[in-house]
Amino acid sequence: MKSTLLHQARLKQQIWLDMLFRGLTRLSAFGVLALLLAIIASLVIGSMPAIEAFGFHFLVSDEWNPVTDEYGALVPIVGTLVTSGIALLIAIPVSFGIAIFLTELSPRVLRRPLGIAVELLAGIPSIIYGMWGLFVFAPLFADHFEPWINDHIGTLPMLGPFFAGPPMGIGILTAGIILAIMVIPFIASVMRDVFEVVPPMLKESAYGVGATTWEVVMKIVLPFTRIGVVGGIMLGLGRALGETMAVTFVIGNAHELSKSLLMPGNSISSALANEFTEAVGELYTSALIELGLILFFITFVVLSLARLMLHKLGKGEGQTT
Amino acid sequence: MNAETVNTPKVIVRDLNFYYGNYRALQDINLDIAEKMVTAFIGPSGCGKSTLLRTFNRMYQLYPKQKATGQIMLDGRNVLDPKQDLNMLRAKIGMVFQKPTPFPMSIYDNIAFGVKLYESLSRYEMDERVEWALKKAALWGEVSDKLKQSGTSLSGGQQQRLCIARAIAVKPQVLLLDEPTSALDPISTAHIEKLIDELKKEFTIVIVTHNMQQAARVSDYTAYMYLGDLIEFGDTSTVFTNPKRKETEDYITGRFG
Repeated sequence: MKSTLLHQARLKQQIWLDMLFRGLTRLSAFGVLALLLAIIASLVIGSMPAIEAFGFHFLVSDEWNPVTDEYGALVPIVGTLVTSGIALLIAIPVSFGIAIFLTELSPRVLRRPLGIAVELLAGIPSIIYGMWGLFVFAPLFADHFEPWINDHIGTLPMLGPFFAGPPMGIGILTAGIILAIMVIPFIASVMRDVFEVVPPMLKESAYGVGATTWEVVMKIVLPFTRIGVVGGIMLGLGRALGETMAVTFVIGNAHELSKSLLMPGNSISSALANEFTEAVGELYTSALIELGLILFFITFVVLSLARLMLHKLGKGEGQTT
Repeated sequence: MNAETVNTPKVIVRDLNFYYGNYRALQDINLDIAEKMVTAFIGPSGCGKSTLLRTFNRMYQLYPKQKATGQIMLDGRNVLDPKQDLNMLRAKIGMVFQKPTPFPMSIYDNIAFGVKLYESLSRYEMDERVEWALKKAALWGEVSDKLKQSGTSLSGGQQQRLCIARAIAVKPQVLLLDEPTSALDPISTAHIEKLIDELKKEFTIVIVTHNMQQAARVSDYTAYMYLGDLIEFGDTSTVFTNPKRKETEDYITGRFG
């Protein structure tokens, strides 16, 4: 009799612990949501003075003048999008090559050391990329590559204006290249991981009907792993859009809109990093906070587009029901 | 061992040895595969029957340290010759695996995938080829109204017939079946076995199976293998009712294996 009572007491305690645990997990999950809403709310409140002062004009104006208190976000928005675009343009094919080599072509002894090297590259702090970019890469780029770009691409009829300009080493293109180097390890290691889980038998059946390695990779491995591949690219893009330190070092921090990729520009994150300490006056601070809100919005839109793209790709494969 | 011959050989295997690194997995295999007949390889796990099958289309070459020596003659040419074009070889020799492996694309594209690698057909001709292959694989009736759906949406048995349709769409001469029903339920298995009977009118078929009853039901010739050796080869009824070797008798009567 006594033992059943004890048993019941323990059971009650268990039920109570269960409820506590459930409450804690729920709190954690909703905590994240609350935090997200709080961040959005504070960004919106903080940027209200700028929104009231400039309205929609803020997005399309390339004016950025703290002296006259005139602010427009066009230059940093373009800078962020263009540098991230260049980064992906370079990083996607290179990462794809790395991942295919590591999973399909590389001799077994090389796989581990090369894979570890790629992952170590991901662990380098961004400030080191920035310093390396400014002190090593930019001078090299200015001396050896930009003159060549000027002479060969800068003189082309359509593309020319985008690649003309003084070879300074720092600028939008340099920032894009540094970003590419930074996101390659992320994209490559995700791609390698998802390529590795393709069932060998599936690849064998494609080889079995006479497909070449290229055909197997493009028509079987890539479609089979597309969600992971797009996920990896988005991870890289997310990092490129928000990267601050390395970009600040090499982008030039000039609030001028220039057609040429060789000219200095600015990105949202480096504008914020550079100017927050010197922002005096409510409107200046508010304009910077609105920049932050815009970066947040861009990231959100990019992620939504990625989802949409996956959905479209899924349709190409045929319905699954 | 003397060559095990048949009247109209499609594939002639001579002195075939196979190595995984230093381990010799097949030892001096000599055997003929009869044209437009079904030849079954049976034997306990690890006896080398799948390994033997995978030398026919050189699938082993995907992996380092695996190599084969000897001769596998198909139409007077040695399959193992390094100069042999692998993609052309695999167009002549189709393969179906233990588990269904539909490609991540629509049913139609699953069939068209292999065909597109070798032939440039018009839209109309391709439609006809897809229908032909699906009819041959006894799948047309079940999927004709949903060709645009994903190949992975089909049931296991249907997926395996899709894989057979995909293999024959290229119009190969030889069809290799590596335990094609081991992942299927009895009804789907019966479907596939009936299909094999139909397909042998047009294709030379080699089937690896761990199911002796299946070998007895579907094959014309049977090869019993053990530990990398070909123990006995002959027409199926003889091997099953009147085996020459004691080891074969022990295996098929279930005393061993």
